[in-house]
Amino acid sequence: MVNINQVDDDYSFLPEFAMMFITANFALYLLVLMSDPAGGQPKRKRSSNRNVNQVADEGISGVSPQRLVNNEAPAGEHDEAEGSSSPGSMNSAQRSIEEEELKYGASHVIKLFIPVSICMLIVVASIGSLQFYTKTNQYLLYTPFTDQKADTTTRVWHSFANAFIFLIVIVVMTFVLILLYTYRFYKVIYGWLVLSSSLLLFLFMFIYLSVVLQKYNLPVDYISVSIFIWNFGILGMICIHWKGPLIVQQAYLLVVSALMALVLIKYIPEWTVWVILAVISVWDLVAVLCPKGPLRILVETAQSRNESIFPSLIYSSAVTYFTGMADGGEKSALTNQEVDQNRPTQQDQNIREGQASSSSQSPSSTQPAQPEADIPPISFRGQDNLRPDLAGVDEFEEEERGVKLGLGDFIFYSVLVGKASSYGDWNTTLACFVSILIGLCLTLLLLAFFKKALPALPISIFFGLTFYFTTSQLVAPFCDRLAEQQIFI
Amino acid sequence: MTLIEFCGCALIAFGPPMTMFCLTVANNPIYIIIMISSCFFWLCALLTSSFLWAIVVPLKETLAFGVIFSVLIQEIFRYLFYYILKKAQTGLQKVSEVGNKGSIQSIRWLSLSYVSGFGFGIMSGAFSLVNVLADATGPGTVGLYGDSPKFFISSAFITLTFILLHTFWGIIFFDSCDKGCKYRIAYVILSHLTVSSLTFFNQLQFYLASLIPCYLITIITGVIAYQCSGGTLKSLKECLPFSLG
Repeated sequence: MVNINQVDDDYSFLPEFAMMFITANFALYLLVLMSDPAGGQPKRKRSSNRNVNQVADEGISGVSPQRLVNNEAPAGEHDEAEGSSSPGSMNSAQRSIEEEELKYGASHVIKLFIPVSICMLIVVASIGSLQFYTKTNQYLLYTPFTDQKADTTTRVWHSFANAFIFLIVIVVMTFVLILLYTYRFYKVIYGWLVLSSSLLLFLFMFIYLSVVLQKYNLPVDYISVSIFIWNFGILGMICIHWKGPLIVQQAYLLVVSALMALVLIKYIPEWTVWVILAVISVWDLVAVLCPKGPLRILVETAQSRNESIFPSLIYSSAVTYFTGMADGGEKSALTNQEVDQNRPTQQDQNIREGQASSSSQSPSSTQPAQPEADIPPISFRGQDNLRPDLAGVDEFEEEERGVKLGLGDFIFYSVLVGKASSYGDWNTTLACFVSILIGLCLTLLLLAFFKKALPALPISIFFGLTFYFTTSQLVAPFCDRLAEQQIFI
Repeated sequence: MTLIEFCGCALIAFGPPMTMFCLTVANNPIYIIIMISSCFFWLCALLTSSFLWAIVVPLKETLAFGVIFSVLIQEIFRYLFYYILKKAQTGLQKVSEVGNKGSIQSIRWLSLSYVSGFGFGIMSGAFSLVNVLADATGPGTVGLYGDSPKFFISSAFITLTFILLHTFWGIIFFDSCDKGCKYRIAYVILSHLTVSSLTFFNQLQFYLASLIPCYLITIITGVIAYQCSGGTLKSLKECLPFSLG
């Protein structure tokens, strides 16, 4: 269906036509790693319960996790038994305090490892097999200095200039987003998001598909392709912006970030990529951690408004049924089956949600523990944001605890690994991959300690860049010598 | 042809480790994390040794120097990893329980030693073989200029021994560090040196001279690792699906 030799030329309109949207797009992709606002319980419909709601509100204001282990329950023996099986067995009261601090366990780390790995795998596989994404003769509008034949000094200077222009665009876009969000122009933001993700899902998927078909020399007629793209895109739009099974939503978010990463790899000049990665991670650090940092403001505003941040910008490892910003009454239909899957029955019995009246930072949180037996116990509870409980809504949902990672993090991780793999040295790719995962692991560890939104890029990108440069410069020659002579170490 | 060779070599080298991963590591999140951390430690060890190799310019051509120091540095990093794991053991137990749905498995120290050795092995095997395998897909064939056509398959077999050996060394090393048994630590370091030195035969194309001793040492090390992990002949007989005699 595609003219074999002209794919690159066919899309020469791209930088002029779509780059504005694209930039807007990735500027939006938040660079945050945050706790999933919900506590450790499955999302669940529940009849109106003011007590829980209040607990939720307090949770949102960022107080320490509230939890009470109710050991009087008969099943509390389970807890004891489990406690004694741990090496440094302490009594369960101590254990409950410890667990309050450790909200993130190994399984949460894995829940992020898998999608990050899949996203990188898509990008690396595409880079490895499709030359379309490694060669280009046109660049983004925002990286104007693209002379690839200049001498080293000029190229360094150019890449820094490019990176700063790029950064300024991102900063401006983020501030626009913050302003829109602060003054509640939800419709504008929403339209923007829909536009950008539809661009990715339709146009870029079409380009990707045509490149793949061209690569493997498969003739397909336009009608089939358009039907496929239409279905693919519409399903994606529904899942991302409205509702759909969690796994489908996650898959689409991964596809979106992989496509975005591929586009960035293709259209950013050679050296600029590395400088951009460094600059972006510094920006991430500033934006999330500074008291007046824009992303921090965004996260805090969202929390104070009891809303979850746009689901099309954040990958969530647990359920986020997003029901539309103006659509608070929407109830997700979660079956009991899902609830059962999500919940260990043991903990159901012995751990009860309550409130941490003792050392809580907010003195106003004193409240009787939940007496109702039908309330599902909550094991680990962070800054809760339950569904926005709008007026007149008598049911609301709670979400399973999970971790949220901004799609921007996915994109830039994949950009790093993809760019590293584009030089054809698999050792370097592997080293970058492992170091990014370790960085992510450390960031999650920090998240468990600090319990607030953290930048996910700096540690990982720092490790990634360090290992990219050292591996390609020092390790690769050594390894090549060893492999050539078949010496193993 | 090249694709077939690629698949064969990849499966020879990484098939058994992949099975081990799926059966023993993949179902426990904390083990995956430990494995990736030990991969990272191996990477750091390799980085250090490459750095050493790169800055000592006079000995750059003598690979033996680089190899010996690399082996020693790997063992030092293995000790570092042991030390850190030992410190973090109680913390790990807690981390593994948080958010773990259903049954909570307690982490066994023995499994940790196995997993960390496995991580070392996977990374070492991957680094030795991945680029070779990428070349194996073509274009071009090995052996046109008098090189041995057995280049890929011998590399794959030796990689497999190294992955297994690293796993065994991990178990023996951690166990001996616990018990303070110096002989076994010495055995780990010496056998690592020996096996690495044996691969010097490869460049002379004496593949059998390196492969057979390597596999022998692997078997011996495996037996020692089995003993270290508390296995006996009796328990081996008991775990067999059929009865002997």
